[in-house]
Amino acid sequence: MAHVETTPKLYGLMAEFETPDQLLEAARRTRDAGYKKFDCYTPFPIHGLTAAMGVKEAKVPWTVFTMGLLGAIGAFSLQVWTNLVDYPLNVAGRDLLSWPYFIPITFEGMVLAAAFGAFFGTHIYNRMLTYYHPVFNVPQFARASSDRFFVCIESKDPKFNRDEAYRFLQSLNPISISEVPE
Amino acid sequence: MQQTIKAPEIKEFPLFEGQQTYERITDQITSIPMERHPMAWTIMFGLGLIGAFALLMALVYLVAVGTGIWGINQPVAWGFAIINFVWWIGIGHAGTLISAILLLLRQAWRMSINRFAEAMTIFAVMCAGIFPLFHTGRPWVAYWLFPIPNWLAMWPQFRSPLEWDVWAVSTYFTVSVLFWYMGLIPDLAKMRDRAKTQLARVLNGIFSLGWRNSAIHWMRWEQAYLLLAGLSTPLVLSVHSIVSLDFAISIVPGWHVTIFPPYFVAGAIFSGFAMVLTLVIPFRILYPKLKDYITMNHIDMMAKVMLATGWIVFYGYLCEMFFGWYSGNQFEQFLVVNRFFGPYWLAYWALIFCNGIVPQLLWSPKIRHNLLVLFIISIIVNIGMWFERFVIVVMSLHRDFLPSAWGMYAPTGSDWWLYLGTIGFFIMMMFVFARFIPMLAVAELKELWYKLYHGHNGHGGTHAPEPKPTAPAPQGGGQ
Repeated sequence: MAHVETTPKLYGLMAEFETPDQLLEAARRTRDAGYKKFDCYTPFPIHGLTAAMGVKEAKVPWTVFTMGLLGAIGAFSLQVWTNLVDYPLNVAGRDLLSWPYFIPITFEGMVLAAAFGAFFGTHIYNRMLTYYHPVFNVPQFARASSDRFFVCIESKDPKFNRDEAYRFLQSLNPISISEVPE
Repeated sequence: MQQTIKAPEIKEFPLFEGQQTYERITDQITSIPMERHPMAWTIMFGLGLIGAFALLMALVYLVAVGTGIWGINQPVAWGFAIINFVWWIGIGHAGTLISAILLLLRQAWRMSINRFAEAMTIFAVMCAGIFPLFHTGRPWVAYWLFPIPNWLAMWPQFRSPLEWDVWAVSTYFTVSVLFWYMGLIPDLAKMRDRAKTQLARVLNGIFSLGWRNSAIHWMRWEQAYLLLAGLSTPLVLSVHSIVSLDFAISIVPGWHVTIFPPYFVAGAIFSGFAMVLTLVIPFRILYPKLKDYITMNHIDMMAKVMLATGWIVFYGYLCEMFFGWYSGNQFEQFLVVNRFFGPYWLAYWALIFCNGIVPQLLWSPKIRHNLLVLFIISIIVNIGMWFERFVIVVMSLHRDFLPSAWGMYAPTGSDWWLYLGTIGFFIMMMFVFARFIPMLAVAELKELWYKLYHGHNGHGGTHAPEPKPTAPAPQGGGQ
């Protein structure tokens, strides 16, 4: 019964390209071939790449918007509650609800909360602090941060079949194709 | 000779020099922290360290004895603390202008100086924060400034511009750090992938949060980066506007003017660009690799921004004179005369000389390309902007309404000690930054390189020419 697995589980197949344009083409063709679970790796953000991959997402902008709104409401109500309700503070006989005086801090609260939303939102959606990831097992992958462009089709994809995916990636004319062990 | 009518040539300013590849960009910039550093680094860091120790000592002495060691007195209760606070905050503003506003305006030349300028912002705001914190006299209860429930059942007075300042500056510092770190994460991942020692790999690995250059991550990163720029832009304008409201909301002659917010913001950008030049010129000499990215064009652009903002500031000075006269208010009119011919006339004319006259040299392209002269001008502008704050703070306070309440102000040795200490701290932090962190935004430079020279910029396939192997800098070229 003892079944010894000789090869580690496959995370996916990774193809390496030399230029951003080849990568854009490869991403488009991978999407057209029907693969859903794949990702590209590039040393810098490439305009139009996610469109070519068929990924569309606006989670970050919505997070920033929501946080900004909450920040503004929070900062304004904080001022109203502290200076009107909890301890009504009479400053030179001004109206207690002298709201124009509360605008600067309302604005700062909005910016602060929205900036936290942008920073932490991005990293939470990206699942950052994931220090181990299978893609790092490929030796050439270190160049993904310098001058090489990668496509990785993941084995999670329902359409994934090792040999077919290999043949497909070969048809894209990459520099190399590597297996990514889990 | 045959005469041909030439179409006016669009002068293509190279934003890069030398023959670049993606590989080379990464290599040049990320290798700096991994290499041996020039002797000058050690010397400058040492000087900065001495200054930082002096700062520490000055603060210990201040806390032990109290603000009586400063020159502040009754008519002039603000003195050096507020002058230096505004000066440092102003310097910080150029970093945000470069990183955020120029990003939104799609100014490609920002890419090679933004990281550097943002670092400058963060350290300048640190220096700025020290002054009001200790000017409170009891920094250990500074938490009273924040709405933290405490045993006094006391809340901050939110109708005061000084309280707005607390929020503006602390938000500004926090957002600047987030923005800076956001841009830094992919570059730290580059450092991790190229690290030669285990320690460098581990440390850069930890701080790059496991960044793996995924296209989907880049997409979110870009969205967030652009939004942070969009948030920082009104933020930076609000910060110095609020700083100016500390003055403008009062009824002190010379302070109670509506031009203060825009004039303060322009002054901040003016002084900040001067400080960027003061730093960039020696750093280019210290690290010759930077010259391929911070070209003479970048320096030329910064000089032009200085010239333009210098004029806005000068317009502010003219407006102040006009307001003084036009107000018909004898105290305002007296203030203008007191500035011209009063006991502090030297400070006023130094300000006009440093901020109004000297920057006019920048009209000349020859001077904009002469690094030594430019360096001296940038120092003069820094000094001039310091005098501006001196004029605003001291001159209005020392002779306000009743001659019986007039007085004079002179800084003491402790004032200078603390001020020079912050300069030392600032220098130290800039050199620490240069030692451990990639000084330029590598990913953004590569993106720019790709957009400039490899098409696909969404403008119908206009291909910019490949740059010549040694693209000469325009006129007089590059030190």
